[in-house]
Amino acid sequence: MASPTSKDSRWSNVLYVAPYLFLFVTLLLYPLLAGFWLSLHKADFFGGSRFVGLQNFVRLFNDKVFVGAVGNTFYFILLTVPALALIGLGLALALNRATRRAALLRGVFFASSVLSVTIVTLLWRVVFAPDGGFIANVLNYFGRPSIPFLSTESLALPAIAITTIWWCIGLPMMLFLAALQQVPRELYEAAALDNAGRWKTLWHVTLPSIRRTFALVVIIEVVLQFQLFGQAQLMTLGGPNNASRPMVLFIYDVGFVRWDVGYAVAAGQILFGLILIAALAQYLVARRKEAF
Amino acid sequence: MAAYVASGAVGRGLGDRLILAATIALALVMVIPMVWAVGLSIKSNAELLVDTNSVLHAPWTLKNYADIIVGSSVFRWLLNSIIVSTGMSLGVLVLSSLAGYGFARLEFPGRNVIFVLVLFGLAIPEQAVIIVRHQLFSAFDLHNTYPGLMLPGMSAPFGVFLMTQYFRSIPTEIDEAALLDNASRFQVFWRVLLPMTLPAQATLGIYTFLHAWNDYWWPLVSGTNAQMYTMTVGIAATQINFAESAGLGYLMAQAVFGSLPVLIVYMFFQKYIVRAVSGAAM
Repeated sequence: MASPTSKDSRWSNVLYVAPYLFLFVTLLLYPLLAGFWLSLHKADFFGGSRFVGLQNFVRLFNDKVFVGAVGNTFYFILLTVPALALIGLGLALALNRATRRAALLRGVFFASSVLSVTIVTLLWRVVFAPDGGFIANVLNYFGRPSIPFLSTESLALPAIAITTIWWCIGLPMMLFLAALQQVPRELYEAAALDNAGRWKTLWHVTLPSIRRTFALVVIIEVVLQFQLFGQAQLMTLGGPNNASRPMVLFIYDVGFVRWDVGYAVAAGQILFGLILIAALAQYLVARRKEAF
Repeated sequence: MAAYVASGAVGRGLGDRLILAATIALALVMVIPMVWAVGLSIKSNAELLVDTNSVLHAPWTLKNYADIIVGSSVFRWLLNSIIVSTGMSLGVLVLSSLAGYGFARLEFPGRNVIFVLVLFGLAIPEQAVIIVRHQLFSAFDLHNTYPGLMLPGMSAPFGVFLMTQYFRSIPTEIDEAALLDNASRFQVFWRVLLPMTLPAQATLGIYTFLHAWNDYWWPLVSGTNAQMYTMTVGIAATQINFAESAGLGYLMAQAVFGSLPVLIVYMFFQKYIVRAVSGAAM
């Protein structure tokens, strides 16, 4: 840890880290700590503030919309994370080749990842639209009625999940491809000597070698999908009847539309706690390099 | 990209053909929404109102593109996005390089405690701080300004973490040799070590730029003046009133126009972008 080039501990050395630390403290640490304090207040945007203790948290647990939003968030994770991990793994296995076609397809599957959420939602709204949307046109062509995906309670969140999988599939695929590159060549040579078939090699050599990556991909995606916001805000506004309202959209609406800031910050703390658990899991898995 | 090898024997059997068919089917799912949007963007709004299947046949038109170039604010949004993304990336590179060098090479009181604190910052999500941050920026009158849009991204600890790791991976003998030649500490940093960190700078720069370009929540609540919209927020603003907006073709032309800058950059720098994004995730 200590660098041999500077045994002299000096205050002037702080100057190198000071500019960043200033922003870190004012824009990250202070807002976090002030948030703890603010969550104990009934506060509005215009500065009116009254200490209420844990009342905001009690109110959250009795708020049907918030409890529903927590449920929606977990449901959304269930819809997206396994699909992202499994499809990403499948694509990585299929496209781990040195051919031009594989390179092109890798490029296609990652391309959507560079688009912004507002473009992605615009594209998928005209796919899902019941009136002249792409899916509706195909259904109508076969004589079937259109399905109003985004305004049907049971279909809104799954539709957002499909949009999200489409948007995010590039990252897990690339992470799995990187892991496949790391599998020692000797393992395959040994398997070939044993006359192990393709599926046997996949099952006994490839998959066990990338177990740790699989765990990391799942955790990374859980953390990412916990933060679902833009897709829901732009595609359904959380509706119909709050069926597609995730936690972050709840925080946004309470904090920036209703300006009930103490209440919104309290909801933010709960989200933070959940993400912290996932981040801790990521840290533990990432650290256990040797054990896997 | 490193050489790809087949992860198993390559055959030409039925299994291979099924895998190829499935992969191409999925690739079509990836491409269809984009092609559909491009198709809608080159039809007149009046014709789309009657039937969107008209995309499949002539007449096609570039009028929607002419309309957004003349009559909309896309160029203003584009300019804002370029300023904010470039500024944020440069800021992150400068701050992270300085701090990374400081944490990796220099001793100062409390260094290790502070570094651990910064690492902890990696786990703080935007949602947990955005409301207080918003109040803070109101108090300092920073909303609807470029610094107001850039600064939050510069407080993220990821760059500092990455640069510290990178500086640590450079052998200290290099510093010692330069110090023996009577170079000052800052000269060692600036002339000797910094040029060696270019790969990390590229990763961090690309990642930050893309992140800033696509950032939605902060610019949505901070840059609320239409003159300060970034591309991402501007395109959101047009679709909020999706139904009663200027027309489907016009909206799609905006979406296509808005995605062109990143898609063009992606085509040329795909390798670096993929490396930056995957590197940042792990």
